[in-house]
Amino acid sequence: MCRIILLGMNHKSAPVEVREQLAVACQQDSNPLLLFPHLENVSELVFLSTCNRVEFLFTCTQPVKAVQEVKALLRNHLGTMPSTRLDSYIYAHEDMDAVKHLFRVASSLDSMVIGEPQILGQLKTAYRQATEYRTVRVILNRLLHKTFSVAKRVRSETCIGSCAVSISYAAVELARKIFGELRDKRVLLIGAGEMAELAAEHLMTQGVRQMVVANRTLQRAVDLARRYNGETVPFDHILDTLKNMDIVLTSTGSTEPILTFMDVKSRMRERRNRPLFFIDIAVPRDVDPAVNQIDNVYLYDIDDLQGIIDLNMEERRKEAERAEHIIAEETIKFRNWMATLDVVPTIIALREKAERIRCNELQKTLSHLSLEEKDRQAMEVLTQSIVKKLLHDPILFLKKKAARDTKDLYVDYTQQLFNLTERNGSDVSSLTEEAPDDKKESNILKTLKK
Amino acid sequence: MEALFIILTTLCYTCGTVGYLIYLFRDRPAIHRTSWAILLAGAVFHLGAVLLRSARIGQLAVTNSQEALSFFALLLVITYLIIQLRLQLRILGSFVSPLAVIFMLASSLVPDHMVPKSELFKSGWVTLHVTALFLANALFAVAFSVSIMYLLQERQIKNKHFGFLYPRLPSLERLDTISHYCLLAGFPLMTAGLVTGFAYAAMVWHSPWNWDPKEILSLITWLIYAVLLHERLAVGWRGRKAAWLAIFGFSAILVTFLGVNLFLKGHHSITVR
Repeated sequence: MCRIILLGMNHKSAPVEVREQLAVACQQDSNPLLLFPHLENVSELVFLSTCNRVEFLFTCTQPVKAVQEVKALLRNHLGTMPSTRLDSYIYAHEDMDAVKHLFRVASSLDSMVIGEPQILGQLKTAYRQATEYRTVRVILNRLLHKTFSVAKRVRSETCIGSCAVSISYAAVELARKIFGELRDKRVLLIGAGEMAELAAEHLMTQGVRQMVVANRTLQRAVDLARRYNGETVPFDHILDTLKNMDIVLTSTGSTEPILTFMDVKSRMRERRNRPLFFIDIAVPRDVDPAVNQIDNVYLYDIDDLQGIIDLNMEERRKEAERAEHIIAEETIKFRNWMATLDVVPTIIALREKAERIRCNELQKTLSHLSLEEKDRQAMEVLTQSIVKKLLHDPILFLKKKAARDTKDLYVDYTQQLFNLTERNGSDVSSLTEEAPDDKKESNILKTLKK
Repeated sequence: MEALFIILTTLCYTCGTVGYLIYLFRDRPAIHRTSWAILLAGAVFHLGAVLLRSARIGQLAVTNSQEALSFFALLLVITYLIIQLRLQLRILGSFVSPLAVIFMLASSLVPDHMVPKSELFKSGWVTLHVTALFLANALFAVAFSVSIMYLLQERQIKNKHFGFLYPRLPSLERLDTISHYCLLAGFPLMTAGLVTGFAYAAMVWHSPWNWDPKEILSLITWLIYAVLLHERLAVGWRGRKAAWLAIFGFSAILVTFLGVNLFLKGHHSITVR
């Protein structure tokens, strides 16, 4: 019986110091997959490492020994760490729990920020590496592909990743809801806080090409403008530049508002009422709150943005519940597929036996007949289709029973009925281990696809 | 045959609208595609019905309120279908298609009294007059829907309170631009429709202006849209005020169109003077 085991640690199970060590280990390029040939009890292996988690996903027939081996590998990967302490940070999931955990990780339900999109890409990279090192076969291949499709399903059927959960991102989302396309919009950056810079960078990645910087310290303004390929304006000329701006990001340390109601109101006609979006991330605020009452002017301060984020977080948590449903559903589907694996060797043995008989008998008959090539071919096709049609129903029957608990009984009957030898009835993983590149594996794959 | 087509049309429009209303709550492109196709099927049946009827009575079938409402619904749906193809703004259907259903249902509720045949309406001028005006009205109806969407979205952004519609509605600027273009296209059509009307009136009644209630109301409506266009182009009005005025303008159209047809008498109430 082939088992799927997942061994790992994440931000919940391990404290930050251990994860820091992980991060360091991440940067070295000693890939644990290189050691795969030394792991005797592990038949397939995928290794995922990000700065918040490390996961070893593997299949084996002897779980206890295999877990020992992989733990040793993990220790090796982490560097110095007393083994007793390490054990307390590690979780181990078996079979369907492992599958479920993997689905949750890929769908970003297990992430620090629920719904963040990077993890899927990291998992894909991990899988690509595993295929490069040839450490995945039938089961993990199938499982990983399934994982990607589950993650995709979660993304498309729930809104888990759709709402912004950072200040700068929320601001950009709002700008997009006001202006739509940001490409031809001009941004005025007043003051240079860290958060404002982050928001400005976000706006740049969203296509904003024109950035104007105003800062009391000229040098800082010049530095920033160079970074964004923008221009600078003197701090006193801010009001005049308002005419040409679409988005204004303020984050000065000023204790008094630098933009008042009348400042903005009086300039709206001049700019032909084109919408103006103020993002005020300064505390105390830089823009008079009354500005929001002007038509076509929208003002968001840091609390408003924080409010959006809180709502979005709540939304994500709700969506996460829906995602869990999808995952539970997909886990059951995968379990059913796993169950069919147990009947696969019997099906293959059945096919092989039939094929052997067919070839032998055909050989005998053909040897004392003098047929033309065309007729030979016809005979070939005829016998093939007889065998195929004859085996069709038993194979279908076996596959149908695979999901039942009583499948062993049916497998047993089939083997007795057709007198299939024990050798052929052995486990899939041992088959694949014996001959990874062999025809047998492709046979299994073919059978599974049907 | 005509009656069957009209029933099929009403069915299609209703199903399409229901689809679009579902689409409002469930963001699935497949729902939108299906609804759009159903509306298209409805428009084909509708066109068939209108053509059959027009052929039977020998002129464009807008001789009574029922026919007029139905013809307007047809133009509205066709306008929407084309705009959707051009703009790919799927959510618009959820706001426009209910209007089509309302007009279609109104048309089936209004009594279908056959009007004594009149040579007066058998003129290319009338066809031109009605088609231009109805097309303008259809565009204004779209502008009306877009303006409602704009106001909904604007209020959410302004009040910093986001409902379920917030992620579904497009950006403010896009909505405003669509409304603007509908106005730009609709206003010349409306003007052309009015001018042909006056010209034809001058031809048959020897005076372009007859103090007909519909004439007066039409002129008021035209003035409203003229003001809106002027403010938009010259002063740079946009956003909330422009949206309200577009809604007001369409209400005036409804009064002109329905109020006069149903309640007031005049040479547009389809009894010959």
